[in-house]
Amino acid sequence: MDFELSEDQRLLKDSISRLLSDTYGFAARRGYQQEANGWSKKTWDQYAELGLLGLPIAEEYGGFGGGPVDVMLVMEEIGRVLALEPYLASVVLGATAVKLAGSESQKSMLLSAVAVGQTKLAFAHGEQQARYDLNDVLTTAKRDGSTWLLDGTKSVVLHGDCADKLVISARTAGSRHDTGGVSLFLVDGSAKGLTRRGYAMRDGTRAAELALAGVRGELLGTADAGLPIVEHATQAGIAAMAAEVVGAMEAVHAMTLDYMRTRQQFGRAIGENQVMQHKAADMLIAMEQGRSMAMLASMMVDEPDADERRYNMSLAKVGVGQAGRAVTQAAVQMHGGIGMTEEYAVGHYFRRVMTFEHLWGDCAYHLAALAEEVA
Amino acid sequence: MDLRYSPEDQAFREEVRTFIQQNLPADIRERSRNGYGFRKEDIVSWQRILNKKGWAAYSWPKEYGGPGWTPTQRMIFQEEIMMGNAPEVSGFNITMIGPVLMQFGTQAQKDHFLPRAANIDDWWCQGFSEPGAGSDLASLKTAAVRDGDHYVVNGQKIWTSTAHHADWCFVLVRTDPHAKKRQEGISFILVDMKTPGITVRPIISIDGSHHLNEVFFDNVRVPVENRIYEENRGWDVAKFLLGNERTGIARLGKSKERLEYAKELAREVQQNGKPLIEDPAFRRRAAQIAVDLKALELTQLRVVSAKKKEAGKPDPFSSILKIKGTELLQETSELVMDVGGPLAMPGWAKELAAMSNEPPYGPDWAPAMAGPYLMLRAASIYGGTNEIQKNILTKAVLGL
Repeated sequence: MDFELSEDQRLLKDSISRLLSDTYGFAARRGYQQEANGWSKKTWDQYAELGLLGLPIAEEYGGFGGGPVDVMLVMEEIGRVLALEPYLASVVLGATAVKLAGSESQKSMLLSAVAVGQTKLAFAHGEQQARYDLNDVLTTAKRDGSTWLLDGTKSVVLHGDCADKLVISARTAGSRHDTGGVSLFLVDGSAKGLTRRGYAMRDGTRAAELALAGVRGELLGTADAGLPIVEHATQAGIAAMAAEVVGAMEAVHAMTLDYMRTRQQFGRAIGENQVMQHKAADMLIAMEQGRSMAMLASMMVDEPDADERRYNMSLAKVGVGQAGRAVTQAAVQMHGGIGMTEEYAVGHYFRRVMTFEHLWGDCAYHLAALAEEVA
Repeated sequence: MDLRYSPEDQAFREEVRTFIQQNLPADIRERSRNGYGFRKEDIVSWQRILNKKGWAAYSWPKEYGGPGWTPTQRMIFQEEIMMGNAPEVSGFNITMIGPVLMQFGTQAQKDHFLPRAANIDDWWCQGFSEPGAGSDLASLKTAAVRDGDHYVVNGQKIWTSTAHHADWCFVLVRTDPHAKKRQEGISFILVDMKTPGITVRPIISIDGSHHLNEVFFDNVRVPVENRIYEENRGWDVAKFLLGNERTGIARLGKSKERLEYAKELAREVQQNGKPLIEDPAFRRRAAQIAVDLKALELTQLRVVSAKKKEAGKPDPFSSILKIKGTELLQETSELVMDVGGPLAMPGWAKELAAMSNEPPYGPDWAPAMAGPYLMLRAASIYGGTNEIQKNILTKAVLGL
């Protein structure tokens, strides 16, 4: 049991924290949203220079061989400034799927390209009818010579609009809810028959709806064995974004404390009111409980026992989701009117945390899963 | 960062668990499981079993007869004690007066009191709170006036847990009523409960139990040699005492055990023709508690393993443990009571049940289900109310 960071981890945290505090002021962030892809190309290149894009990628593929805790540290800093770049989509979700599913040559080619920033991945699994059920897949793939042809749609694909390569799930056997018969495919961003409708989400990050009409794809790994990998990659995403939520909670909590010290009402700082102080203490408690659960999620990413991993991920998803909601709702409330405005950062953090809750199973969904385990 | 228990810690947990299973008398375990609580003799006899093993003074260093465990081992030990339905080691003796004696006591005080505390040859109680001094402890009024080599103590303490069992009481008294700051005129003394002039009057709690007391001091003569540390510096001692071993205050093992107990009973109890455990509302509640327990467990581990901790300096984060821990104690006791439903409602007087041979109403487990729920409303009040804990967080962590 050791909660201390290693020397390398401290350096990592410092370097990304320095980079992002230099580049990611609130005004700068709004500028980045106006760039072609909706995020900062320059910052992305700096991630590459710092080695962050290869952080969780094995050294044999040109990465640094870091683990989930290293990713957690990066994501906390990303959350603190609400960085917009496709780190989660490419380096976490996409690269995890390739790592778990790909053949040696696929891993060698793709992961080394991701590590140097040459290729951006996206992970396209969710579909409009599926809500949070990972096994609900209607998109199909049919063999066509040595490749496959994909038909169907994918929904809320994080950074799916700018990805160079997409990891797309499709059914190669069975029917809608079958847990078997799901396979993963690599599809080129410019593939014929692929239509991508990109959009900004409520929190300002980018996503896309995909339509696939006879799109040519390369099988990633082996056929029909994709669902456990989809689940595992999704869990890596949950853990990473949970850490992002921790960074976001820290940021809004600090902003709220600042505001309590400076905002005057009835001739004194609002932070002198005990009712406000106790709300701030409640935020702290929720934040620390959430941080513990985000650590749990990171700790569980590499857990080999799938049942154990699933159960603990549900615990963590609920814990971080509830904490994030409590902290950011309170932050808006305690700021009063200014917290409701687009010009002020608190509302942006609020929306990022809201997004976390509604990806990969909300609190009710995971509580129901946990309730199934009560026996 | 490695967030897993080491193999050594896991082996230690196994060792503690096995020892409890093999050595805890079955009747004591059953009384705890059924919510009847422990009798004085249960607590004493179990602590003596532990003391023989060298574990009673579980938080003490080896030089004072403790096992010299790490903070993580202490936490595991406490958790296993609670999960195993064994009596918790006396907090007054082991985590309160023990460390105070080690830090501030004279050699003679240490030599005499420490081994007796470990073995509960002396049952200690705490004389801090007064009718006018609860969370605002420094406003206490009980006076000690020097008369030769004695103090003459007059005043009243209240909410004194187990004073009716106690042999000794550590008491905060005012020795300088004219001190500039209220905190500066207080001394910390040890009082033999058999001294003439002490009257203990029971306060019956809302669960019908006798746990709390009022203690009256009427010209009680206490030898000056029973003072701890310097005269008028008792506040330093009290702060040290209150800051020591605060992590145990979450009592996580108890909440874990109660959740398991609630689930066990919910398999027995039927609702709508099915075991209650199949009711989605019950399951959802149990699942939410599991989430909160896990979060608190990890937060507690973070606090326990935080380095650079100074003895006697409370980690303000332990206020988080106190708040969330007591909320969970309350939630799990509610869950247990709610499983009992109407059968948890019949009144049950401990003394009557002990004297008569009449069987309880309903199943064995039913009569005491509401008791812990009622008594644990105190959890968010004692040890500094949860509102006071938030004040501490506000000042010490948030800097507001």
